[in-house]
Amino acid sequence: MSNFWHWWIVLLTSACLVLVTWVLFSTRKAQRRDMTDETTGHAYDGIEEYDNPLPHWWFVMFVATLVFTVGYLILYPGMGKWAGVLGWTQVGELKTDQLKHERRFAPEFQRYAATPIEELIKNPKALKMGERVFINNCALCHGMDAGGNFGFPNLADNDWLYGGSADAIKTTIAQGRRGQMPAWGAVIGDKGVKQVASYVRELSGIDSGASQDDLDAGKKVFSTTCAVCHSADGTGNYALGAPNLTNNVWLYGSSQTQVEYTIRKGRNGVMPPWHDILGPEKVHLVTAYVYSLTHKAE
Amino acid sequence: MSTATLQPSYQDTAYNYNVVRQFAIMAVVWGVVGMAVGLLIASQMVFPELNLGLPWTSFGRLRPLHTNAVIFAFGGCVLFATSYYIVQRTCQATLALPKLAAFTFWGWQLVIVLAAITLPLGMTSSKEYAELEWPIDILIAVVWVSYAIVFFGTIMKRKSKHIYVANWFFGAFIITVAVLHIVNSAALPVSMTKSYSAYAGAMDAMIQWWYGHNAVGFFLTAGFLGMMYYFVPKQAERPVYSYRLSIVHFWALVAIYIWAGPHHLHYTALPDWAQSLGMVMSLVLLAPSWGGMINGIMTLSGAWHKLRTDPILRFLVVSLSFYGMSTFEGPMMAIKTVNALSHYTDWTIGHVHSGALGWVAMVSFGSLYHLIPKLYGKEQMYSVSLINTHFWLATIGTVLYIVAMWVNGIMQGLMWRAVNEDGTLTYSFIESVEASHFGYVVRAIGGAFFVLGMLLMAYNVYRTATETEDTSVNENAQPVAGS
Repeated sequence: MSNFWHWWIVLLTSACLVLVTWVLFSTRKAQRRDMTDETTGHAYDGIEEYDNPLPHWWFVMFVATLVFTVGYLILYPGMGKWAGVLGWTQVGELKTDQLKHERRFAPEFQRYAATPIEELIKNPKALKMGERVFINNCALCHGMDAGGNFGFPNLADNDWLYGGSADAIKTTIAQGRRGQMPAWGAVIGDKGVKQVASYVRELSGIDSGASQDDLDAGKKVFSTTCAVCHSADGTGNYALGAPNLTNNVWLYGSSQTQVEYTIRKGRNGVMPPWHDILGPEKVHLVTAYVYSLTHKAE
Repeated sequence: MSTATLQPSYQDTAYNYNVVRQFAIMAVVWGVVGMAVGLLIASQMVFPELNLGLPWTSFGRLRPLHTNAVIFAFGGCVLFATSYYIVQRTCQATLALPKLAAFTFWGWQLVIVLAAITLPLGMTSSKEYAELEWPIDILIAVVWVSYAIVFFGTIMKRKSKHIYVANWFFGAFIITVAVLHIVNSAALPVSMTKSYSAYAGAMDAMIQWWYGHNAVGFFLTAGFLGMMYYFVPKQAERPVYSYRLSIVHFWALVAIYIWAGPHHLHYTALPDWAQSLGMVMSLVLLAPSWGGMINGIMTLSGAWHKLRTDPILRFLVVSLSFYGMSTFEGPMMAIKTVNALSHYTDWTIGHVHSGALGWVAMVSFGSLYHLIPKLYGKEQMYSVSLINTHFWLATIGTVLYIVAMWVNGIMQGLMWRAVNEDGTLTYSFIESVEASHFGYVVRAIGGAFFVLGMLLMAYNVYRTATETEDTSVNENAQPVAGS
């Protein structure tokens, strides 16, 4: 803040408060002490005005708020660059609150940090904590029941893009993922898109209604274009996050139109990295929760 | 002139009642429309299917239609009608520039109709209470400046040396609203129906809430206090309690209100100093606000018995009570610690409506019930018992509404901050929405009471305006309803 604006704020605020105080006191100074039946002598459309004094309790309340204001503006920021005696800032208040929260609750999560995921899923309390972290942070995309949504994977169906081992899940949560299906429309042409879409749907046992010739052509396109990531038999590749196309689980829909769209325009999936937001202990617990959805403790 | 001033008649009066009548009738019409839309969107919160699956009837588009209709169409027409009436009668002068006054009527109606068309079509500047796009904004500015010329022109023609308190408030309201509207609406047009704000980021937010809070402070407070200062002493037939109190609370109110806007932006990107200053000025605002309430209610001392028989006076007194309550609640909600709980919850909606229904609408009803018979040369309204029924419907409706929103708001605030023993949040957002459902039902019922009362008023006004008998006017006799 420049000096000009600093003084602008200070002078305007002070002038306003001083003027209000002056009006209050100068009006009160000349007033009578008691209630009166005398009017000011004016009448407007028959309306007269009594010359009664300001109610005392009201005057006291007004002065009290003004005194409070002066004190507050000394203690807290308000007068331009003046930071206030207490040094309060809203960012500072946030940091203090976060630190207090962290001190109080960090040990709760720390307790489970060394327990392997496979063991942790036997602990109902740990799973409850993991579930709460999930509901607060993950449910927005993946749903309250982790059942997923269009473009957001179902986490309870044991079909995995990047692997379903405890380590793989933890890496996905902590580091995030970027799923990229390139756009193939310009490469394989409209006919190619239609044929390969039909072929892919048939891999999952869907009757595409396409002719055998088209399916054969689709297979050919698949083996030259798609198999690199999705593997020759279409079962996908965890290392690349390439989905299994043979199990009838669809992230972006299974209709001919939707599958064609996916192939023609491509898809971008983003799982954000949570390590910095949640910290390693909470990531550990939420991993246990997600893992427990498909791995029941014996 | 002076004899005509003392004994104006319905047909032949020294005052320009024509424009007053037009605004008064349209106030009732827009009141019905605006409150009915409010009831519809309150019902949408209970039954979302009522959005009919159409973009034009979705909550997001009807909500600004509701707020604009009740504030600027209903509230605006009441303010035009009463200020034009009061300024003439208290200055003993007929309205200056009658053609310009007529223009303000037709211009304002055009603004309202354009708003009713463009808002459901989704044309919006997205600034709360200032959603209308730039061509309509320009029309508003032109009408408003004309209004100022007519009003202050009439003040200049006055016969009395002094200016009555009511006119101080109307004057402050007219000037400040002009400044607020023009500054906040500054925008760069990209087409006839789209523009972008001249300001960016936190500054845009600050200017928006400088406007927004003073739309409350000057449009919905100063203007309606002007009405209060005329109709309360008139209806009670008592002198105003304290001229000194008028002076102090007027100057303090207009000087302090303008600072309070930042309390809408606590714990945001707004700099700390602006937040603190907005908060502390909001606290100082308590006494000036209560000054108006005290002056109004104490004017009744010596006339309390009239409350038993006069539902118009009841409307006015209850409106002042709600005014006192809202202006206590407001400074409390401006305190950062309280705001941390109340902000973004239904508590805010409840606070706004305790002011909007309890204060603004009720003081308008009382004033219109006093005003309309006078404009049509009648002794009193067609049915006094209907006024009484309206009073109870409005009061019960308001209480249901604000209690439902208090309960909902505090519950939401507590649910959002509740944490488990491990520090994680106890509730997801959607659980707080589910828990609010019952409150939304109660709110809609309260709204239905209020709309029903408004419909009774419309019928009562219609019968009063069209009834042909009893055209004799005795201006000196104040009708004491029910007696």
